[in-house]
Amino acid sequence: MAAVSGLVRRPLREVTVRDAINQGMDEELERDEKVFLLGEEVAQYDGAYKVSRGLWKKYGDKRIIDTPISEMGFAGIAVGAAMAGLRPICEFMTFNFSMQAIDQVINSAAKTYYMSGGLQSVPIVFRGPNGASAGVAAQHSQCFAAWYGHCPGLKVVSPWNSEDAKGLIKSAIRDNNPVVVLENELMYGVPFEFPPEAQSKDFLIPIGKAKIERQGTHITVVSHSRPVGHCLEAAAVLSKEGVECEVINMRTIRPMDMETIEASVMKTNHLVTVEGGWPQFGVGAEICARIMEGISKKLVLEYSQAVVNIMYLNTYSIKRLKARSVWHFSSRKYFKSKSRKSCVQFPGCSCCSCHWC
Amino acid sequence: MAVAIAAGKVWRPNRGLSQAAVLLLWRPGARGLARSHPHRQQQQFSSLDDKPQFPGASAEFIDKLEFIQPNVISGIPIYRVMDRQGQIINPSEDPHLPKEKVLKLYKSMTLLNTMDRILYESQRQGRISFYMTNYGEEGTHVGSAAALDNTDLVFGQYREAAVGAAYAAKRANANRVVICYFGEGAASEGDAHAGFNFAATLECPIIFFCRNNGYAISTPTSEQYRGDGIAARGPGYGIMSIRVDGNDVFAVYNATKEARRRAVAENQPFLIEAMTYRIGHHSTSDDSSAYRSVDEVNYWDKQDHPISRLRHYLLSQGWWDEEQEKAWRKQSRKKVMEAFEQAERKPKPNPNLLFSDVYQEMPAQLRKQQESLARHLQTYGEHYPLEHFDK
Repeated sequence: MAAVSGLVRRPLREVTVRDAINQGMDEELERDEKVFLLGEEVAQYDGAYKVSRGLWKKYGDKRIIDTPISEMGFAGIAVGAAMAGLRPICEFMTFNFSMQAIDQVINSAAKTYYMSGGLQSVPIVFRGPNGASAGVAAQHSQCFAAWYGHCPGLKVVSPWNSEDAKGLIKSAIRDNNPVVVLENELMYGVPFEFPPEAQSKDFLIPIGKAKIERQGTHITVVSHSRPVGHCLEAAAVLSKEGVECEVINMRTIRPMDMETIEASVMKTNHLVTVEGGWPQFGVGAEICARIMEGISKKLVLEYSQAVVNIMYLNTYSIKRLKARSVWHFSSRKYFKSKSRKSCVQFPGCSCCSCHWC
Repeated sequence: MAVAIAAGKVWRPNRGLSQAAVLLLWRPGARGLARSHPHRQQQQFSSLDDKPQFPGASAEFIDKLEFIQPNVISGIPIYRVMDRQGQIINPSEDPHLPKEKVLKLYKSMTLLNTMDRILYESQRQGRISFYMTNYGEEGTHVGSAAALDNTDLVFGQYREAAVGAAYAAKRANANRVVICYFGEGAASEGDAHAGFNFAATLECPIIFFCRNNGYAISTPTSEQYRGDGIAARGPGYGIMSIRVDGNDVFAVYNATKEARRRAVAENQPFLIEAMTYRIGHHSTSDDSSAYRSVDEVNYWDKQDHPISRLRHYLLSQGWWDEEQEKAWRKQSRKKVMEAFEQAERKPKPNPNLLFSDVYQEMPAQLRKQQESLARHLQTYGEHYPLEHFDK
């Protein structure tokens, strides 16, 4: 087979996010002939954002399929193909257009395994750019992490750098569940150093595990996708002022890796969440809620003000928030307090030993 | 299986098409709100009669097994008024528009063309972020717009929503039509199906105007659909349909004018499929040489362009000449450049406008955010390009 022209292995092992996704898909297409890609402009055009560059040339019409303009149509067809034993990758030109197909994603894909009592799995990947781009206006800039992250039956991942992108797309394709992969258009062209293990054809990043991108002691900053880069920049600026941030790259939205976040918060006692989605009912809101509900270890939390959840403006707004540091809570050892309310999970119980308290 | 058509007449779902029974959902006088169930007319029951009684279709029986063949070899014919040299073919179809109106058509198309050139270049120079040109399709926009009233509602895309607006216009007895423009690619969207069906069942005064320009980004029509284009879908929904030469501005005008008159008078939808060709790239993010030949593009640019055809007409009428052409080109370019420079000089809106006019009265949390931003800019303002924004 001719070498895929889209693969870029530069001598410095720097790979753009676009090429990392391309590599990941190429390797999985090669590994399993049941895997195929469908969507608008994915074939000869190499993808609307050139993410599938070279794949049609290498794999042909049967594996890389251009569809008419109907997201509801091709998402439904992809789900049917997955139910019948194939492993489709369904590309949305942006996730804003996935709203045309959301019934297929949620009702046909996400809920089917459960509703069939485990008989019918749907090994499908929905991928595409998510969140804000540059000047594409409100209808093309929405972040869908909170919407899809809300639904049981779906796995939702949100890569930041090239390593994330390749590892997560490969894990998503090999996963037998429906997986939503939220990429970011502005990150496609950004190069990152590729660690040697990422060059392997079996390089996988486990879904459901966050990564601590930067160790720190004073404050935990949790983020996903492009804002992770902003957080790291802010951390670098703050470090010069003596504030050491621990930056967590969530990588997976659902199932969320609360253990990593909790362990970090236990260490730093301060938390800022940073995301591109809207604040109400958002990813950060969920993290804050879970932290407030209590960490799984036997600890009681008392707080003076709520943990902060912001929609980022840029690196400097993140820095300002962390420098203020009025938001904090302290962790204390378990004890019975008159202010303890009854458990949510088991009314009447106030032992506070389970996560629900 | 030829479909008999008189020039200029709208092709409508017809009964008795060869021996196959075809759905007929159009009946004269069956429009308007007054009749509650116009389609459920009771058939006279007679057990001696061997006529079909099915509620779902009005058709004859046939005792020969025959599938209806989709007719894509000789599809719905294309209505035109002018030939490619701008000569009127059938004088009875000439709209006989007055000189000022035709000059306005011409100047609108050429001004649009000029604006496209300048804005495309400005994107290439990084002065604007994104642009989509209209090259080759000027006739469809201008011809149809010229046939509408000032109070008519225009939707670009949003096919389902356009039907809703048309329904509201009907309820309000507003004497307005809704026109919804979309491409042959967008016609694949599910809401096009729903839009057509609802427009017909709810009897809405709407014109569905499909610009079939041959490509949806790189996807050619052969991959977008297998039927006879979009016009052939209309009768399937019970919609009056026509296919026109989109590069013939008079044909577009005539079809839209007649469709508008009848849509409002009879409260029914119309589907116009304007055949044309996308001479430019899909957008500034596209390079169409990747999927089509330069020869193909050149053919349309040189041999069948809406602006050229109208210019030939104007010349033959003695209403235009080379001098006026030169002068108008200069003038239109100057017009666009002045407007562009004026726009470029304007600063971007004041950041405070992020918060105003979001709600009728600014709620507390927005005010807090506004104050927070003001404080933030006081400390970190130097890191933002504030000089480009209104003070």
